[in-house]
Amino acid sequence: MTLLSLSLLVWLGSLLAGLVGALTGLGGGVVVVPLLALAFHVNLRYAAGASLLSVIATSSGAAAAYVREGWSNVRLGMLLEVATTLGALAGASTAALVPTTAVAVIFGALLLLAAAGSLRRPPEGPDVAAPPDRLAGVLRLGGTYPGPAGPVAYGVRRVPGGFALMLLAGWLSGLLGVGSGALKVTAMDDVMRVPFKVSTTTSNFMIGVTAAASAGVYLARGWVEPRLAAPVVLGVLPGALLGARLLPRMRSRTLRAVFAVAVAVLGGEMILRGFTGRL
Amino acid sequence: MDPRGDDRMERLIGGILRVGVVAATGLVLCGEALHLARHGGVRPDFGSLGTNLPGLAGMARLALEFPGRGLVELGLLVLVATPVARVAFSVLAFAARRDWTYVVVTVLVLALLGLGLASGGEARTAQPTSAAAMSARTSSRNAAASRGP
Repeated sequence: MTLLSLSLLVWLGSLLAGLVGALTGLGGGVVVVPLLALAFHVNLRYAAGASLLSVIATSSGAAAAYVREGWSNVRLGMLLEVATTLGALAGASTAALVPTTAVAVIFGALLLLAAAGSLRRPPEGPDVAAPPDRLAGVLRLGGTYPGPAGPVAYGVRRVPGGFALMLLAGWLSGLLGVGSGALKVTAMDDVMRVPFKVSTTTSNFMIGVTAAASAGVYLARGWVEPRLAAPVVLGVLPGALLGARLLPRMRSRTLRAVFAVAVAVLGGEMILRGFTGRL
Repeated sequence: MDPRGDDRMERLIGGILRVGVVAATGLVLCGEALHLARHGGVRPDFGSLGTNLPGLAGMARLALEFPGRGLVELGLLVLVATPVARVAFSVLAFAARRDWTYVVVTVLVLALLGLGLASGGEARTAQPTSAAAMSARTSSRNAAASRGP
């Protein structure tokens, strides 16, 4: 296939991946890496490198809006970025040591977990303003978010536990070339008891820095192929922006089930290819 | 802590991110269009590693050979630099407010980001030199092929 037709197909596929990534909440990277590897037979290093750059673009683009609206907790994000960047450097270094077949199996397992997790209903209902930890108090991690009747204050709990999960999120990001947004939200929402929308927007804010740490290593190693990264970045970004627009109108359970099955199939295929060495 | 200071910092951070993404995607789009117009007929193999030279020096060498590719590479570098610039700005913002705890936190993040970009040397020495020579040959062969009819 010529570069021109390949670039157009990769662009279309990335647009779709960005859209599906935004609608499922998994992020574009989680969808675009298996797509590049399975449908276009792209080397996993190149797929991850291109994905990381698209992750930086979508995260920075969306974070620009959220930060201005006052949802992201900048101080909490900065503190946890120490963990995610440290993890990302470790993950990108691990990637050099393990064969791509092992990376594919880990990726597949993550996709299966994500498919199962996306069927779980998102936690809704009132956020309980929990009393903050001593450590969270010392670090002044609490914040406010814009409520209907003025700013609503919230506290942050279990900082060490959240920090540890962020190390893992960073490691997966560097190893697989994804943003690990879902895991970051889990760390803040479930462990640190930060309100859900603050968790998602702060996670988004952190993803760009995490991916930049990994992308630095990938660039330095020559694992970023510009001819591949260009259509991926130009596709995932508008796809994700479109997905974010459509998301409020797409709450149907059947749609989520269809996406979950699709993600599970991708995961199964990645594991199969990893074990048979056809990657 | 002055909450209005937080607000202004957040607006500036939002501005940095927006400008970075717009500039980066613009460069990538122009470079990609230029590269495809000139070299859209080559048949690349992305299935195996090798045509890419590691590090910034390697990128610069291919950028000189292919101007479109150079623009894409520049755009990708601007993209990676965008979150880095955001962290660097945060260091200054926290320092201006004498919030030393968070100056230390953000400097640490900045140092880790720098460590990532500097890690190329270690990867290069880990690779046998013949591999680097081979990838250089492959890229010049690709270059020759793309200049063909």
